[in-house]
Amino acid sequence: MADINLRAVEKHFDGVPALHAISATFQDGEFVALLGPSGCGKSTLLRLIAGFEMPSAGAIAIGATEMSNGQTGHNVPPEERNIGFVFQSYALWPHMTVRRNVSYPLEVRRTNKATLREQTDAALSATSLIPYADRMPSELSGGQRQRVALARCLVSNPNAVLLDEPLANLDVALRASMQDVFSDFHRRTGATMVYVTHDQSEAMAMADRIAVMSEGRIVQFDTPQALYAQPRSRFVAGFVGEGTVLPISEVARDDACVTAKLFGAKIAIQTDSPNPDLICLRPENIEISETGDIRAIVQRSTYLGGRYRLTLEASSGAQLIAESRAHFPVGTQLGVSVHAPWAFAET
Amino acid sequence: MTPLKGFGSSRSEGRLLSIVLLIAITLTLTPVVRLFVEGVTDGDQLSLNLMQEVLRDDTTRTALLHSLITAGLGTLVSVVIGGAFAFLVALTDLRAKAALVFCLMIPMMIPPQITALSWTQIMGPSSVLLKTLGMAPPLGAPQPLYSPQGIILLLGIQHTSIIFLTLRAGLRAIPQDVVEAARISGAKGLRVWWQIIVPLCLPSLAAGIAITFVTALGNFGIPAMLGIPAGYVTLPTLIYQKLAGLGTNVLAEVAVLAILIGAVAICGILIQRFFQSRQRVHLVGSTSRPLAIPLGPARLATECSLWLVVAAILVLPMLGLLATSLVPAYGVPLRLDTMTLSSWHEALFRQPATRRAFVNSFNLSFGAALALIAICLPLAWLMERNPTRLGRLFDGLVDLPYALPGVVLAIAMILLLINLPFTEATLYGTIWIIFLAYLARFMTVMFRPIQASIRQLDPAMNEAAQSVGASLFQRLRSIILPLSAPAAVAGAILVFLTAFNELTVSALLWSSGTETLGVMIFNLDDSGETVMASALAMTIVLVVMVLMGAIQLAARHLPKGVVPWQT
Repeated sequence: MADINLRAVEKHFDGVPALHAISATFQDGEFVALLGPSGCGKSTLLRLIAGFEMPSAGAIAIGATEMSNGQTGHNVPPEERNIGFVFQSYALWPHMTVRRNVSYPLEVRRTNKATLREQTDAALSATSLIPYADRMPSELSGGQRQRVALARCLVSNPNAVLLDEPLANLDVALRASMQDVFSDFHRRTGATMVYVTHDQSEAMAMADRIAVMSEGRIVQFDTPQALYAQPRSRFVAGFVGEGTVLPISEVARDDACVTAKLFGAKIAIQTDSPNPDLICLRPENIEISETGDIRAIVQRSTYLGGRYRLTLEASSGAQLIAESRAHFPVGTQLGVSVHAPWAFAET
Repeated sequence: MTPLKGFGSSRSEGRLLSIVLLIAITLTLTPVVRLFVEGVTDGDQLSLNLMQEVLRDDTTRTALLHSLITAGLGTLVSVVIGGAFAFLVALTDLRAKAALVFCLMIPMMIPPQITALSWTQIMGPSSVLLKTLGMAPPLGAPQPLYSPQGIILLLGIQHTSIIFLTLRAGLRAIPQDVVEAARISGAKGLRVWWQIIVPLCLPSLAAGIAITFVTALGNFGIPAMLGIPAGYVTLPTLIYQKLAGLGTNVLAEVAVLAILIGAVAICGILIQRFFQSRQRVHLVGSTSRPLAIPLGPARLATECSLWLVVAAILVLPMLGLLATSLVPAYGVPLRLDTMTLSSWHEALFRQPATRRAFVNSFNLSFGAALALIAICLPLAWLMERNPTRLGRLFDGLVDLPYALPGVVLAIAMILLLINLPFTEATLYGTIWIIFLAYLARFMTVMFRPIQASIRQLDPAMNEAAQSVGASLFQRLRSIILPLSAPAAVAGAILVFLTAFNELTVSALLWSSGTETLGVMIFNLDDSGETVMASALAMTIVLVVMVLMGAIQLAARHLPKGVVPWQT
């Protein structure tokens, strides 16, 4: 097991930049998710760590070994990095049985027969694949194929496991159970895992820390809790969790708390920035009350089971998302009060 | 692909489909059936006597053996060259791949008799090129290509591109991540190639080998030009010699020979179909990113050697041909003061026979291309909309007249048309028998590109026209024709290209006045007019290359699967 160090990693494709000077450290044994919309460069970053691509600049180290360096051109090929990679399409070899697929990394390493058999069996049983060991990949379901891919990268005791949207091809129910498989796998092996996804709930559910990426940059790298409660940019506030970003003015501080004006009403805010100019309003920051300072009209009401999701239009024209246990028909006039939202300065 | 069965299709479509399908099946399949009937009957009786008699004959057995040896070893040569090219082009980061592929395709498009002629011009004692360079062997030294080895070598080069194309298509279907998964598992270099890539592309390689063998088996131009002077007879040349020497009296006998070679060919075709159906079945994953394994420092050396091979199998023979075409008489070395265009002038403008051949070949190819568009366009569209059992049968068998050796089709055509039913008339000896044979043989060359493009059409296009009241022929003219026109034009150029050079079929069907260009080159060389044959051959090579270039330039605007060398 090892940590992963990225130092000012850049990648250009034919002169077009795909990654801009990415620096980050993934701790030993950490489960890191790379989260972002498609085209943000997250898969490129993963392929750089795996060694399928060379960085145009910067350096990547796994553990104490420098794996690639854009300046010197030094590059350890993927086959010598001792990492596991789980592909979105599983990439099982269709001409080999499940057992041979799993044992292949050991076969390549010239492991002796007895150890090979033992470790393969261990990997197969850890993924509950023993009954399918002699089948061909084409005879397996999607979830089973994904488990074979997982067993294959677990069998050789890799320094790190990289996963490229491994659940994207599975249906919703299977996705949830495979999330448990990955979490269990991580807990048991303590492997450093880097998991690429565009699905925030997937990242939230499994990762220790999430690197939110946008247009080739890591815009925020934090725990799921911090990302949700303390976003530091408009993009993260909008991409992670449900929320509305609104401008504030007249920030004032006294001993106890920070206040600011929203739509002319004075509200308390939380912040660690000296000059915040935006707030992120989560549904739980918004309370519907007759005495609320902000007036709003219900534009849409969606039943979510046990509660309603309300889209409100404030008198200033801004849209707010609130949740309520009570039903309000469209067009109802409401009073809304805002409770200590997170405020940040857009850089 | 399952089109809307019966929905939205009108009765007039069904009627038109039956008519066009009937024409197409009559054209392509009746000759083959007729040939088979001839083999198993004697007079009006069902009999296998003649078949036994011919098969017991020693010349038959020798010719069969020679055919199998040359086709088999020739295929081996193709596999070595074509396989190496396919692996390197499909899997690595070579530069200028498109140019390399294009150059490798030219030998396939140059007719075999020209290949043979051009190679004999760079070897042997009378080679103008060698004489000019002062490297010619002494007079009386044997021409090394007039031998089984020469036939094998040239058959191998001629069909290299078939192996190349099928194998490359198979390699492209291998998802990149399957290879990456092997590398990340720790497998390096040749191990990835041997344990992952080769097993996955074996079905396409096997299919390619089978079809190359069938094509080599049916090749007439090369064994005729090289084998006949050496007294080395294969089945196609045996049939030609018998028919040319003894006329139609031996028709029943050569029919048996044609059945024999057809039977071997059909085995090969079945093997090819078997492997083709196994291809790509279990492959899942993204194929969007092409594989490009970095060759590193070996790249330049690899590129150099590949281009050297191209130079050896394409440029060198063409230079030899060019050199021969520029001398005043065969055997004169080429110098600045001996260089002349007189043979070009003679071949292109003076000789009535060659001019006639140009006109014949042009009319035949152009006519065949037009007629085939008229048949294939409605046929492909209607078959896509109305899947019927007859349609599926046709779809499965339309390749047969093209895949079967040309001599088989030619004999079948003679049998079918020598006495038109219910009349005294015969088409044998007229240009129409060649025309009908071309329609049968090249139907698939036109049909497949059109079919590929129509399958990519949105069925809603036609339904929208139908909903505003356009009749069947209006829709065909204003919707289907324009939308599939690029594919139809590409198909037409391919038909023209193949027919313009065709030798095997017309060699057995021509008579005085209906010579084709292929026959003309063969006859000129046979009668010692090598210089004029070279000039004529050079003209054809230029035409071929211009037409191929035209297709290549248009390739970007064509639907996928239309240009054969851009699969």
